[in-house]
Amino acid sequence: MDYETHEHDVLVIGAGGAGLRAAIEASAAGVSVGLVCKSLLGKAHTVMAEGGIAAALANVDRRDSWQVHFADTMRGGQYVNNWRMAQIHAQEAPDRVRELEAWGAVFDRTPDGRILQRNFGGHKFPRLAHVGDRTGLEMIRTLQDHGIHLGMSVYMECTIIRLLKDGDRVSGAFGYWRDRGRFVVFQAKAVVLATGGIGKAYKITSNSWEYTGDGHSLAYHAGAELIDMEFVQFHPTGMVWPPSVRGILVTEGVRGEGGCLRNSEGKRFMFDEIPESYKAQTADNEEEGFLYVLAEKYQGRDARRPPELLTRDHVARCIVREVKQGRGSPHGGVFLELDSFARWMKGRNPSFNAAEHWKKKLPSMYHQFKELGNVDITRQPMEVGPTTHYVMGGVRVDADTQMSCVPGLFACGECAAGINGANRLGGNSLSDLLVLGKRAGEFAAKYAKEHSAGQVHADQVEEAARWALSFIDEPQGDENPYKVQADLQETMQDLVGIVRREDEMLRALDIIGQLWERARKARAPINREYNPGWHTCMDLYNLLTVAEAITRSALERKESRGGQFRDDYPHKDTPRFGKVNGVVWKGPDGRMQFRWEPIPEMPAELKEIIREQNQGKLPEELM
Amino acid sequence: MAQATFRIWRGDQNGGAFRDYTAEVGEGMVVLDCIHQIQATQAPDLACRWNCKAGKCGSCSAEINGRPRLMCMTRLDDRRFIDLREPIIVEPMRTFPHIKDLVTDVSWNYKVNRMIPKFQPRKPDAADGTWRMSQAEVDRIQEFRKCIECFLCQDTCHVLRDHRMMGDTVDGELRELFGGPRFMIRVASLEMHPLDIGDRLQLLKDTLNIGLCNITKCCTEVCPEHIHITDNGIIPLKERVVDRFYDPLMWLWHRIFGDRASRESAQNRTPLPVVSS
Repeated sequence: MDYETHEHDVLVIGAGGAGLRAAIEASAAGVSVGLVCKSLLGKAHTVMAEGGIAAALANVDRRDSWQVHFADTMRGGQYVNNWRMAQIHAQEAPDRVRELEAWGAVFDRTPDGRILQRNFGGHKFPRLAHVGDRTGLEMIRTLQDHGIHLGMSVYMECTIIRLLKDGDRVSGAFGYWRDRGRFVVFQAKAVVLATGGIGKAYKITSNSWEYTGDGHSLAYHAGAELIDMEFVQFHPTGMVWPPSVRGILVTEGVRGEGGCLRNSEGKRFMFDEIPESYKAQTADNEEEGFLYVLAEKYQGRDARRPPELLTRDHVARCIVREVKQGRGSPHGGVFLELDSFARWMKGRNPSFNAAEHWKKKLPSMYHQFKELGNVDITRQPMEVGPTTHYVMGGVRVDADTQMSCVPGLFACGECAAGINGANRLGGNSLSDLLVLGKRAGEFAAKYAKEHSAGQVHADQVEEAARWALSFIDEPQGDENPYKVQADLQETMQDLVGIVRREDEMLRALDIIGQLWERARKARAPINREYNPGWHTCMDLYNLLTVAEAITRSALERKESRGGQFRDDYPHKDTPRFGKVNGVVWKGPDGRMQFRWEPIPEMPAELKEIIREQNQGKLPEELM
Repeated sequence: MAQATFRIWRGDQNGGAFRDYTAEVGEGMVVLDCIHQIQATQAPDLACRWNCKAGKCGSCSAEINGRPRLMCMTRLDDRRFIDLREPIIVEPMRTFPHIKDLVTDVSWNYKVNRMIPKFQPRKPDAADGTWRMSQAEVDRIQEFRKCIECFLCQDTCHVLRDHRMMGDTVDGELRELFGGPRFMIRVASLEMHPLDIGDRLQLLKDTLNIGLCNITKCCTEVCPEHIHITDNGIIPLKERVVDRFYDPLMWLWHRIFGDRASRESAQNRTPLPVVSS
């Protein structure tokens, strides 16, 4: 078998925010670093992030602290987070943001010239460092331009398909160059996975083609464990029409500025179901909701939030209910309109100019719908529906070092799990990439210094290469890989989506089994040069692995919590599931195994912080 | 559903040809949708780059009916570029070495980027190691920092495209290197950075050869982020280079006080003018 070999102390797979930050830290520690990315450098999904980086800098509200950020993150994750990771994240995020500024990132400023912070869902104080609505681009460009001067080797458009092992430990990785299709072996003392998420397992997603769960799958097949895979975040409002933009995010800001969700009957259905625990803080009529947008009083007290601003999981489920019961929009979503608010405003102030108001408040949304959707949001309703946005589950790693149970194998960013628990707060992803990416790089470098290189075993390389070539070489098989992928996406969307039921998920498992068979027979034209059909054949392996992990984990968690909603178990069941994480791993027979793993007891001083931030009460999960 | 003919460049370094495909065109579709449709149903090995599909990553650059465009942001009902009664011609960026179909080797750009010395901040303003700056200073450089590195400006720049000024040998003759509009903007984003005290004028003059740009503004026209590349970036940088190296008084100052003085004076210089958008 013909392949080239590169040797590094640390190999980082994935060059988004987490991978770049890990590579920078490892390079700074003086070890040799290889950074592999599937796309060109700087194109990773991090560029899409808009909102900002959550860090308790306390620049805008002095009351903010790491303790409050920690408590917010745990509450958002419904207390099944890895508390140690949440603690480290909250404590170290401010330094990571300041460091980014020292490397050239430019953030919006407060009047006294410091980094400005904005409000966001679930964060008690204004906490998100940002620059307009393009924080992700600023972050990735800063890391990229800083990193390339540190001596790391960047391997662009290279896809890793196997981790190589020497006994128990990791010894390198095997992959192919996308352009010529040739094989490449990376020998490394430590490997850091930073491959992002799994959105492409679903039909409707805000994620790019790269999000095929590579890191999840590479780790799983190399003997690492995955946890919390049932927790997938569906953002309630993605575009649904036209098809070209299906899934692209419609910011929560639209609802924050007075946007109303309506069904095909014109009814504002979010008023129909307000959860008991939120009734006290949610408006029960249109007038009060609109007054909240203006931060005005209603009947002498602060106006309460409109029901459109309930938690993401709840809003998404209400939209699904409307569509399932036949009250959806023509293209399978619901309507999000700005006109009601505008008319109400005009009633108060006849000179109110709706078109100007919305263009100023929501410039990027105006632009997005105008250019891509042919919709003028100042006059026409948007069609929106939930879109797969983020996976909370991922590789199980040690909180301090980010190392998995496979010696030498580290993971960080979206492909690692723990920090977010059952649900991630907006803004915590970018800070997670920085804080835990840095730690992964630091400890991977340390590991590399303390260990010599493992052996690369030729039989593993040969096997992986044969497997890769089977999709273009072997005559038997005629499945179209794009069709298999589309069928998987359809299955996950319909049967393991936002609202889940045991019978549907069992059906999904059956179909996934059939899709595994079909994926083996997927074939692409005999041509190794930049052949997306061939690449898709190989991606299916990862997609099916994560799809199975999500489905099996979701079946086991017989309750509803955060990103998991069970129609057949619509409530939380804390005594059974509030103190455990679901773990999947690959059994000796090659089949996926599942077990529950108790969450370690939280130290008393952290419990005290939670109690303080929770009106003096300790949540049931922590008792 | 309407049908359209896509005339797509197929081939690799050994040569290629246009091939016609028919695609179904639905409401609101963009060129990239049809490329995906053709991939999924007719040409599984059709090579193209893409990532975000929302005009934010700058991966899907191509030439559509002869115009450098992002495929994800070119709607099929955009009459400025597309007439569905005629075949829609989709080809790779022609300035860079071809790899396959719509994919080109843009690695040259990454090499140029490495030539630019990184951000060098002034000493922190506050005891806690942080800096202070005004929102106006932040706003001033946003235009340069929003570049998505699609390289369409590089593709259309005639210094690169026609004169092949890429610092390598063409037909047995060594050509000078021109950094191209993208990296003029990158330098501008550092030179105008409120905290940066680096000095990249020598680099602009002698390494990136800013003098080779003769301000035809083609780069500005194709920029999907609507950056005023020429007016706000290249021209002010050219003026700085002229002030430093060709103004007799500045030249004398520079000779007497040396580089350090000019670096320090650079800290106090007035900001670059910005042409409003």
